[in-house]
Amino acid sequence: MGEESATNGSAPAQRHAIGISFGNSNSSIALTVEDKAEVIANEDGDRQIPSVLSYVDGEEYNGQQAKAQLVRNSQNTVAYFRDFLGQEFKSIDPTHNHASAHPIAFESTVAFEIQDKEGDEKSTVTVSEITTRHLKRLVQSASDFSGKSINSAVITVPTNFSESQKVALIKAAKDAGLEVLQLINEPIAALLAYDARPESKVADKIVVVADLGGTRSDVAVVASRGGMYTILATAHDFDFAGVHLDKVLEDHFAKEFIKWNTTDPRTIPRSYAKLKLEAEACKKSLSIGTNASFSIESLAEGADFASTINRLRYETIGRKVFEGFNRLIEGVVKKAGLDVLDIDEVILSGGTSHTPKIANNMRSIFPETTTILAPSTTPTAINPSELQARGAALQASLIESFEAEDIEQSTHPAVTTVKHLTNAVGVLAITGDETKGVFTPVIVAETAVPARRTIHINAPPAGGDVLIKVVEGGSHIKVTQIEKTAEEKEADAEDSDVDSDEEPEEKREKIWKIGKVLAEAAIKDVKKGGKVEVMINIAGDLAVTITAREVGGKGGVRGNLSAA
Amino acid sequence: MASHNTVTLPLPVLPEGWSAEKDFKALGSLSAATQRTIEPVGPHFLAHARRARHKRTFSEDDRIQAQENVKKIEDDDAGEISEPEDPSMLLRDPKDWKGQDHYAVLGLSKYRYKASEEQIKRAHRKKVLKHHPDKKAAQGSTEDDGFFKCIQKATETLLDPVKRRQFDSVDEKAEVEPPSKKQATGDKYYKLWSSVFKAEGRFSNNQPVPKFGDANSTQEDVEAFYNFFYNFDSWRSFEYLDETVPDDGESRDQKRHQERKNNNARKKRKTEDAARLRKLLDDVSASDERIKKFMKQKNAAKNAKKAEKEAAEKKAIEDAKAKKEADEKAAKEAEEKAKADREQGKKAKEAAKNAVKKNKRVLKSSVKDANYFATGDASAAVIDSVLNDVDLVISKEDPDEIAALAAKLTGLKVAGEIKGAWTAEVTRLVGAGKLKDGEAKFLV
Ligand SMILES: Nc1ncnc2c1ncn2[C@@H]1O[C@H](COP(=O)(O)OP(=O)(O)O)[C@@H](O)[C@H]1O
Ligand SMILES: [Mg+2]
Repeated sequence: MGEESATNGSAPAQRHAIGISFGNSNSSIALTVEDKAEVIANEDGDRQIPSVLSYVDGEEYNGQQAKAQLVRNSQNTVAYFRDFLGQEFKSIDPTHNHASAHPIAFESTVAFEIQDKEGDEKSTVTVSEITTRHLKRLVQSASDFSGKSINSAVITVPTNFSESQKVALIKAAKDAGLEVLQLINEPIAALLAYDARPESKVADKIVVVADLGGTRSDVAVVASRGGMYTILATAHDFDFAGVHLDKVLEDHFAKEFIKWNTTDPRTIPRSYAKLKLEAEACKKSLSIGTNASFSIESLAEGADFASTINRLRYETIGRKVFEGFNRLIEGVVKKAGLDVLDIDEVILSGGTSHTPKIANNMRSIFPETTTILAPSTTPTAINPSELQARGAALQASLIESFEAEDIEQSTHPAVTTVKHLTNAVGVLAITGDETKGVFTPVIVAETAVPARRTIHINAPPAGGDVLIKVVEGGSHIKVTQIEKTAEEKEADAEDSDVDSDEEPEEKREKIWKIGKVLAEAAIKDVKKGGKVEVMINIAGDLAVTITAREVGGKGGVRGNLSAA
Repeated sequence: MASHNTVTLPLPVLPEGWSAEKDFKALGSLSAATQRTIEPVGPHFLAHARRARHKRTFSEDDRIQAQENVKKIEDDDAGEISEPEDPSMLLRDPKDWKGQDHYAVLGLSKYRYKASEEQIKRAHRKKVLKHHPDKKAAQGSTEDDGFFKCIQKATETLLDPVKRRQFDSVDEKAEVEPPSKKQATGDKYYKLWSSVFKAEGRFSNNQPVPKFGDANSTQEDVEAFYNFFYNFDSWRSFEYLDETVPDDGESRDQKRHQERKNNNARKKRKTEDAARLRKLLDDVSASDERIKKFMKQKNAAKNAKKAEKEAAEKKAIEDAKAKKEADEKAAKEAEEKAKADREQGKKAKEAAKNAVKKNKRVLKSSVKDANYFATGDASAAVIDSVLNDVDLVISKEDPDEIAALAAKLTGLKVAGEIKGAWTAEVTRLVGAGKLKDGEAKFLV
């Protein structure tokens, strides 16, 4: 992590730390109070604070107030700048800045030209300075809320944030009087927010974190093993995100407007800005209700516009974008070398994840065994817009009392680079067919070593001497075509126009394949109805210790396997 | 983790005869592991870090070393998608988007239908970074945003699976022309046709598509290939070549007319495409040496079978003939032998008969030689009685006994000795129960 954490930070005792999610579209701040992280509102009462600054008459506006300036004062309003930090002009995408201040090349970095007051000279503000100003506002809100002077933070960043982007963010924060204790990956912050809930148990699971934001969608497949997280694959998408859903509504209502008027509101900047703001508001309403109104005073040609849309219609006209999300998420699971059947949890994070259609699509893509954590599928889900800030606040409270040097050393690659098992390790159990073993995993693949897991496994009902065969296991997906019964076929024919998919139904299941045999052990004289405890301990160098004993019994067996 | 999972399926019973020192057998070691980065986040990580650091301080060298073998997760944006932009392409009119090569616009010329969605997205982004009009304007350029619109249109087309298929259907640059007979000779034949069918296979609803193969492909594979392509299930369609349907302004009839025309054109092209593929297959199969080879092998096998059959038939006839001859010969021999046997038997019988006759004569003459056991001249009655008894004895005896008796009597001249022999014989026969006591008393 090195430069990522400021080494010249304040002494732990004077620290007051928060968690910050600094997004391209929105930012959030969170505090941990008594092990509970909470996202706090700014002075406007917003928990999602638009990452926007606007300069009017020598005044600086931030958040929602600044965003509102996109209509009247777009050229002095700076939005969508987070991704420009630490970048050269040639590698930035200015698409989303078209309706606000345009980025320019300035020295080796990116800047905006701002006119503080009418009649003033334009001044050049670098993206680093803009970030500093934005963070200052966030810190101010947090300090106002907590009554303490906030001086340090954990900030979330995308998994593909480059080293130079991280360096630039740490510097901008430092200039805002903020010591960055650590930069953590956005999907991991979201995962931590869920795992830190008192009701969640530490488990071995594969989690997909889909962070669907305003201008980008980032998906990560994460192996969560004993509370430790390893990213297996990621994908970043700038073609399917929140603004693309806004655009669907903008186009829809613009066309409706043209029907009754002559001007296309998308061709007039001020009209277009109004259209955009209302489209976003309408989209958010459709996440809650099944109907939403869309009304703009004086949209164009001095004409007011009022209309409505229902959710079904929205989901139809937005189909391409929704399908884009589906393909993105399915694609990254594949990229990780996994199947949807391998996924235990899908965490929908980011503002766009409020959309019920997206969660429903996930529900049908993934098997029933997968938990879909989104407001519309899981009532206890955490607000997807708050996950990252909460995770950051939790991490902040964990490391707040560490010396900067300590944090630096703990996050050093020598600590974080660890061997991960390529195969599962388990024992063979039996079903009806006594000649065939059934692989029962004890430690799953992608577990970081050292690791230790224990299982309790039944002996045969009659008890006696039992064999413990320790093997490696791999899994594959078995696909079987299901023949439809005549009744089902008939039923299909009846509602054929609803779902005329002719594809034969398939049953897909995860099948364990028994691999290398590692060891055999015997436990003798197990009593009737007894259980055996098997503990597998894998050292950092892949040496294995296996311990087995009858549950409640004396003695037992213990053996070692040396590393290859 | 302190807790444990519980498994209900039972463990197997220890096999008969299993034994090991301390009841444990080490049989292998773990497969190689992957180096990955664990996220330095959360309470469990901090516990790990405490153990891993163990009062050590890590240096910059440690960092470099640790990062060396880590499996990379984030893709490099650089490389891969970069090809020079044709200056004339940059001047394209975006209104003529149907005529543009969407792949070339995004710098994906060499990928075409093979480009993954992720590649298209990255290519798009790369082009946006370079060509966004706001960026150009910020740098003082007054170029119009024509090419940027081309980029957007290309991306819109290629990121929409339906539209992309429509474009791919008529993407001439992805086509691989079938080679001429002259080109497709020797090893090149397989190489050239392989790429033709690899390209054709992109339209298949069923993936993966069997490969054309090479000279060494098995008959099974070659047949599978031709079967697949002769029954090709194609998604290729020709909407992209539609003529524009007039806008709302025009009359409805005219609009409908154009739509009908387009529909017919699509159908016609689809039919032509199927015919084209069939012709391609006819052509390639006609010159496919493998088919000829398999045919030859089949014929050779057939001929061999035929020859074999004929030989077998011929042999059967010959065998039958030989058998018949042998049978006849055997029958004849058997007959001759039987005849000889018969003759031999007759002779033996006659000889035996003669011997019996002779022996009987010996017996009869023996009593005559002994003067019928009388002293002085034997009376006719005595002679008769003795000869009757001799006949009686003879009647009770088989030829062997007669012969034995004759042998005893032969050479005997003294009446007493002859009488003794007869007495012994009669006694023997009485003992054997063949004569009753008192019978043949004239011989005793
Ligand atoms: N309730 C909602 N329903 C649908 N979309 C929403 C909702 N709330 C926020 N969004 C959308 O989420 C996007 C912002 O997500 P966020 O995670 O805050 O973005 P970023 O990561 O880009 O900063 C915007 O497009 C916004 O319109
Ligand atoms: Mg975000």
